[in-house]
Amino acid sequence: MGKPIGVKESHRRQGAGASRVLDIDHVRADFPILKVTPYDRPLVYLDNAATTQKPQRVIDRLVRYYTEENANIHRGVHFLSGRATVAYEAVRDRAQHFIGANAREEIVFVRGTTEAVNLVAQSYARPRLSPGDEILVTGMEHHSNIVPWQMVCEATGAKLQHVPLNDAGEAPLQEFERRLGPRTRFVAVVYVSNALGSVNPVREMVTLARDKGIPTLVDGAQAAAHMPVDVSALGADFYAFSSHKLYGPTGVGVLYGRRELLEEMVPYQGGGEMISSVSFEETSYAQVPHKFEAGTPNIAGVIGLGAAIEYVSEIGLDVIGRHEADLLEYATARMSSVEGLRIFGTAANKASIVSFTVEDIHPHDMGTILDREGIAIRTGHHCAQPVMERFGVPATARASLAMYNSREEIDALVDGLGQVKGLFR
Amino acid sequence: MSDLRDLYQEVVLEHGKNPRNLRPMEDATAELQGYNPLCGDKILLYVRTEGDLVKDISFEGAGCAISMASASLLSETMVGKTKAEVDVVFESFHSMLTGSPDQPIDSEKLGKLAVFGGVCEYPMRVKCASLSWHTLKAILNDREDVVTTE
Repeated sequence: MGKPIGVKESHRRQGAGASRVLDIDHVRADFPILKVTPYDRPLVYLDNAATTQKPQRVIDRLVRYYTEENANIHRGVHFLSGRATVAYEAVRDRAQHFIGANAREEIVFVRGTTEAVNLVAQSYARPRLSPGDEILVTGMEHHSNIVPWQMVCEATGAKLQHVPLNDAGEAPLQEFERRLGPRTRFVAVVYVSNALGSVNPVREMVTLARDKGIPTLVDGAQAAAHMPVDVSALGADFYAFSSHKLYGPTGVGVLYGRRELLEEMVPYQGGGEMISSVSFEETSYAQVPHKFEAGTPNIAGVIGLGAAIEYVSEIGLDVIGRHEADLLEYATARMSSVEGLRIFGTAANKASIVSFTVEDIHPHDMGTILDREGIAIRTGHHCAQPVMERFGVPATARASLAMYNSREEIDALVDGLGQVKGLFR
Repeated sequence: MSDLRDLYQEVVLEHGKNPRNLRPMEDATAELQGYNPLCGDKILLYVRTEGDLVKDISFEGAGCAISMASASLLSETMVGKTKAEVDVVFESFHSMLTGSPDQPIDSEKLGKLAVFGGVCEYPMRVKCASLSWHTLKAILNDREDVVTTE
C-alpha cells in the first residue's frame, strides 16, 4: 500500500513524530473545476461554505452509477436493482462509521441539512410541545435552524428562545446555561456558524442539556468538511449534515438520530418505501431508517456522497483541519493588513470562514469586482439575518476556505481588495 | 470581456457615494418600500404628485453603489414628468438593463440614465439597478404592498 492520496509525511522537528500534512498540489489536481478560468483568470474559489467543489472521484462515481448500475432500489428482483441497492446501502455503513454512530439504522438519508432539521422539528418536536414550552437556539443560527422551529412554535404555542452573541460572535456557555430553563423542551445549535465561522461549544451545550433531560440537535452543515465528528462522544440526539458541503453531490444529506428516538417518532412524509403494509383501512410503517425515506431517494446522490466520504477520510479530516486552520490564520493576518477592512466574528475557536466589510463599500460591489478577477466570494446576509442585525450591517463579504485553497489564493484576494478600493477611491 | 468601468462609470460611482434626494419627504402623496430579498437591499421611496404630474421624489435606505446611484438618478430625472412619460422611460430603461449588450441605447429617451448601459453585461446586478424603478412604477399604479424584485 502506498501512502494515502493528497497527504505527505513531514518531519518538522528532529525527534518529533511524523505529522501528516496536506499535499496541496495533489489535492488541487483532484478537482477538475479548478482549471476553469473565469474571464481568462485562474479561478480562486472562496465560496466553500455555500458549496464545495467535487473531486474527480465523486464525479466518476456518479457517471459509473448511471452507466453501470442505475435502477430503483430495495424492490426490484433484477440484476441492476440489486447492484444499486447494495451500493446505496453501503453508504449507510460508511456514513455510520464516518460520524461514529452506533448503528446503521441511525443514518437517515435526506435532501440536506435543511430537510433534516425540518424532519426533527415536525416528527419529533411538534407532537411533544405544549403552549409555553421553549426551544433554545443560538444567535448565530442559519435560517434553516430558525424557521423550522418557528413553524413548530406557531403550530403548538411554544416559544423560540436564543442565546445572544457577544461582540466576538460567540454564544457564551454561561448565557446558554442561563437560558436552559424549566420549560426548555428542545435544544438546536449550530456547530460552526456559516456567517462568522464561530465554533459553538456543542459538546458542553449538549452535556448541559442532557443533564436536564432535554433532547438536542446539532447542525453540522459547516462542520462536516472541516473537523472529525463522533456523534457518540458528542452525545447529541440528532446530528445533520449535507453532502454538497462535504465535496459530494447536491440534494442529499444525512440525519443521524438516536435509534430509540427515531423509533418513537411519527413519519415525516408518507409514500412508498416507508411502509411495511398498506390497505385502505390501515397502514403499518417500515422500520427505521426506512420509515423516514419515503419515495425513491436520491440514489445517485447518496452513492456520490459515499465516494466523497471515502475521499475525505483517506486524506483525513484532521489533516484537512490543520491545513485550513493554518490558512485561516494566514488569511486573517493578511486581510487585517488591508486598511478599512473589518472582520466580523473573532471567536477564540473559529473555522474556515472570514466575514468582512471594507470601509463603506457595499459587499455586492466588492463581489462583482472580485468576480472579474476570477475570485468567487459570497456577499449578502448569508441566510443569517439575525447575525447581520446583531452586528448592525445589512450584509458582509465572506471568504470561506476548503482543503484545496492555498496561500497564493489568499494573496489574490488581498490584491483584489486593493483593486476594489482603487475603484471606489 | 467587458470592463468594470462599463458598470461602474464615474457618474454611477459619484451618485453611489453621494446620492441625491436621500431624505424623507413630509408632504409625500405616496411612499412605498422596495425590497430585494436576494441581497437584502431595502429602499423607501417617497413621491409627491399633483394630478398626473410627478412633483418630487426622494428616498431612504442603503444598498450597493448601483442601487443607490439608480435611485438617485431616478429622483433627479423623473421629477416634472407625467405618469405616461415615466412609463415610457421605464420601458426603455428596463429594456436597456435586460437586453443584449449590442442593442443600441435610446439616449434620446434615457439621457443621463444611459450610464447604466453596462449593467446588462452583469445579469446578477440588474435587480440592483431596477429596484427603485419598480418601486416608482408601483407607486404610480397605486400599489400599496411592498415591492420585491422577485
